Amino acid sequence: MSDLTRLTAAELADKIHAGEVSAAETTQAHLDRIAAVDGDVHAFLHVDAEGALEAARAVDADIAAGTAPASPLAGVPLALKDVLTTRGVPTTCGSRTLEGWLPPYDATVTRRLREAGVPILGKTNMDEFAMGSSTENSAYGPTRNPWDLDRIPGGSGGGSSASLAAYEAPLAIGTDTGGSIRQPAAVTATVGVKPTYGGVSRYGLVAFSSSLDQAGPCGRTVLDAALLHEVIAGHDPMDATSIDAPVPAVVDAAREGARGDLSGVKIGVVRELSGEGYQGGVLRSFEAAVAQLKELGAEVVEVSCPNFTYALPAYYLIAPSECSSNLARFDAMRYGLRVADDGNHSAEEVMSLTREEGFGAEVKRRVMLGTYALSSGYYDAYYGSAQKVRTLITRDFAAAFEQVDVLVSPTTPVTPFKLGEKVDDPLAMYLNDICSIPANLAGNAAMSVPSGLSDEDGLPVGLQIMAPALADDRLYRVGAAYETARGPVLDKLGELEAAK
Amino acid sequence: MTTAELMDYAEVIERYDPVLGLEVHVELSTNTKMFCGCPNSFGGDPNTHVCPVCLGMPGALPVVNGTAVESAIRIGLALNCDIAEWCRFARKNYFYPDMPKNFQTSQYDEPIAFDGHLDVVLDDGEVVRVDIERAHMEEDTGKSLHVGGATGRIHGAEHSLLDYNRAGVPLIEIVTKPITGMGERAPEVARAYVTALRDLLRAMDVSDVRMDQGSLRCDANVSLMAKGAGEFGTRTETKNVNSLRSVERAVRYEMTRHAAILADGGSIKQETRHFQEADGTTAAGRTKETAEDYRYFPEPDLVPIAPTREWVEQLRATIPELPWQRRKRIQEDWNLTDEELRDLVNTGAIELVAATVDAGADQADARSWWVQYLNQQATSRETELADLVITPAQVARVIELVGSGELTNKLARQVVDGVLDGDGDPDQVIEKRGLKVVSDDSALLAAVDEALAAQPDVADKIRGGKVQAAGAIVGAVMKATKGQADAARVRELILERVGA
Amino acid sequence: MSNISRDEVAHLAKLARMAVTEEELDTFAGQLDQILDAVAKVGEVAGDDIPPTSHAVPLTNVFRTDEVRPGLSQDEALAGAPAAEEGRFRVPRILGEEQ
Ligand SMILES: [Mg+2]
Ligand SMILES: [Zn+2]
Repeated sequence: MSDLTRLTAAELADKIHAGEVSAAETTQAHLDRIAAVDGDVHAFLHVDAEGALEAARAVDADIAAGTAPASPLAGVPLALKDVLTTRGVPTTCGSRTLEGWLPPYDATVTRRLREAGVPILGKTNMDEFAMGSSTENSAYGPTRNPWDLDRIPGGSGGGSSASLAAYEAPLAIGTDTGGSIRQPAAVTATVGVKPTYGGVSRYGLVAFSSSLDQAGPCGRTVLDAALLHEVIAGHDPMDATSIDAPVPAVVDAAREGARGDLSGVKIGVVRELSGEGYQGGVLRSFEAAVAQLKELGAEVVEVSCPNFTYALPAYYLIAPSECSSNLARFDAMRYGLRVADDGNHSAEEVMSLTREEGFGAEVKRRVMLGTYALSSGYYDAYYGSAQKVRTLITRDFAAAFEQVDVLVSPTTPVTPFKLGEKVDDPLAMYLNDICSIPANLAGNAAMSVPSGLSDEDGLPVGLQIMAPALADDRLYRVGAAYETARGPVLDKLGELEAAK
Repeated sequence: MTTAELMDYAEVIERYDPVLGLEVHVELSTNTKMFCGCPNSFGGDPNTHVCPVCLGMPGALPVVNGTAVESAIRIGLALNCDIAEWCRFARKNYFYPDMPKNFQTSQYDEPIAFDGHLDVVLDDGEVVRVDIERAHMEEDTGKSLHVGGATGRIHGAEHSLLDYNRAGVPLIEIVTKPITGMGERAPEVARAYVTALRDLLRAMDVSDVRMDQGSLRCDANVSLMAKGAGEFGTRTETKNVNSLRSVERAVRYEMTRHAAILADGGSIKQETRHFQEADGTTAAGRTKETAEDYRYFPEPDLVPIAPTREWVEQLRATIPELPWQRRKRIQEDWNLTDEELRDLVNTGAIELVAATVDAGADQADARSWWVQYLNQQATSRETELADLVITPAQVARVIELVGSGELTNKLARQVVDGVLDGDGDPDQVIEKRGLKVVSDDSALLAAVDEALAAQPDVADKIRGGKVQAAGAIVGAVMKATKGQADAARVRELILERVGA
Repeated sequence: MSNISRDEVAHLAKLARMAVTEEELDTFAGQLDQILDAVAKVGEVAGDDIPPTSHAVPLTNVFRTDEVRPGLSQDEALAGAPAAEEGRFRVPRILGEEQ
């Protein structure tokens, strides 16, 4: 394995901008790594070597010409979750229904990455339309966790998290509707951030649940995530839910946090996000993390968010409801898969047969669940009540943030489970999101940062940090301080080749 | 359905009270569509006014057109509605190929304007107040072309072709409260209401209000209640009503159809019916297998609209004088009798005359042109006065040319015919068809000499003092010049020539 | 609260335009029932005095100026179409009426 793939994004950027290595050789090193290990990991659905190298060469040309790099990450390659549109490059969302579709436009996140000179290595695997917590719901086969190839890499953004842990990419983009950035980060010992809802444009992010979806940065360090955050965040007039406010200074916050001093910071431990259903090793790792935060000078108190216990049921009504409507457009009329167009079937029949063929079981389940929750006679009891719970959870957060600056909890209740273990038990699968969902419902910012390995199975555990909306910088300050004190976790993962 | 299955209208009125509900869809004449920057223009090659948003492509997001919201508020104010302090868009979910997202973004239980009224003047001058339930914003669908089969209509077609140029065009839907107590005048009230609404919207310059092009569409809900019953009957909704005249015919037809069924002991099926222009009947649509369940829920991609009261008042100040106020003022300004005013209103000419006067014409001349000649032309061309291609400014120009002697009345009518035939504006028609009065004396003199030479006996009579005999020579000259001479000047020249 | 029948699942599949198989009807009936039982819990705290939240951020009045922006060419629009003809999307015959 080339040394270049072991460096952080910040280190790579320094070397590229100083002319020590070229962006092209950096990109090529990662493409070589993908060629070597992705047959086992299957993080990528599509590798765009030509596009990535072209972008890298453009950065090298700038540097050779003495032009200032387009951004602090210019030349550092990245893996993009296949739920964000890329002009002329396949975008499948892990679904058969979009197999072969070449979007005619770039998502705003994609456009910002291109403008920042970030070579896009390819599109990463995911649960179909981002519905899942294991990446087993991809129509193109699962992604495997580099820590243990028999285990899940988290989901829905398992491709992005695995690409980082397997050193195939130093940076990745994920999207987080109920934890799809943070849970994969936790189970691969990488860093993932769900920015404040409205902080990063959703234009070109193929919608699962519009009021919850948020794209965010993934990296191996908090600083790398911060650098990427600043590239992709900011107001976008193409997204009506995009917040027209300055992007929080997350890079400064990460650098400040890395100095290791949290004095003056008040941290709340959420009482409801622990206890029954949580793996012992996860809870012990979390307790150790809390102790470390205290050592860093933070004041830690316990806070109660009583309505968080209703977050999971509310989520599993709101998200399916919105998805039942968002996915209606996949109807075989204008793009994507079409079956049974043999002259004997009507448009209505072709729609039904195509949707039956094009969607996997989890997507169908959620579409029907949402159709039910929105239908007349059930709306008030299900969707309507879920929206009220959303109000209560938002109030819980507001009350908690009156007392503390950030909240902490485990990111997930358990370490990565075995492939196939929960795939036929939707409810058990849904429990993976129990800690991450409240932040989505309220629109808050949240991060997962590695907190070591569980003492009983040696598998990664994540610490979740949650901040109020528009206070994303607090995540980075606390996350970077903790990361520095804790020391690297991913380094414990030996060479993938050795692990086999 | 044959006429035997209809009840005689007088008997209908004797036995039943009609109840009307009118839903009018108005396409706004904004520059762009409701939720994207595609041009809102009629015509154009198929699928050339489209983008990822209005094609419902994965990842695309809507953003509300601010001008459309202003138009909606202005329409609401002109209809004496309350303007919502806070309202949202909702999704109306149903699958149909001409609707790219398979939901219509519309307002549901939170319309931007509600509880208004419109005073409507009937042909005899009676004023009826129609209560307005709501005016809400939504988007139009694409257009389907049905190929194969005998009729080119949906039934029997082999396949369909879709053009989304109109998909996403802003619509305002204006819904009346039930209109009761109108008795035999119900059809007339329906027509007068749509006419008043059209005039109002035209005066506000928010829509082209062309029923023939679909920029104003009326769905007529009709039900009957037996005299003294006090409870509304089952209604039918008649669509495809494409002219003001059809509104009246459709309502009247449905009343006679309902009555015949009810009198026969039958019951009315709640259904959508289509008006058939050719024979003035309505036909049932295909019945749906299951009742629609639109699963409305708040559109998560769009944030709420909360018009400030200042904004509403600013918009109120931009509403022009409303047609009925204007009528009153015009009657006073022009000193018209009630009958003259009624002629203007009934022919639909009032705004056209006013615009012609604004363009510099005398009101009596303008009235005469629109109420008489142009009204005849509209009838013979089977169109509405307002839908004639001639503009008030062009009529004013014709009047000006007659006033200056450059056109005779006869020539002026030929010029107007040319404009109506699409040959351009009056000056272009004059040029193209060579219709100008021959004012070149030498050309006229030649024609006069020729005529005098041809009729020497008449010439002698004139010389002998019988000046009125000149008429025959004038006639000959006019014939020779194809009517393009000024008869008074010809007479002068004749008298000059014979030395009388 | 729930107890969703096979027929109801069939109705949902129809509303959602998915031609599910007989086998799926059974599987989904059981799973949806289980999930609905679990999520019905939201009703416990959703009192009449609690306003619903539909959006995660409290934004209002986000409007676009009424200016034309470049869109797609006809070729770009139709590039991903399963079938096209005469510059239009070609689809199988449509049975239902327009709404
Ligand atoms: Mg409507
Ligand atoms: Zn568009």
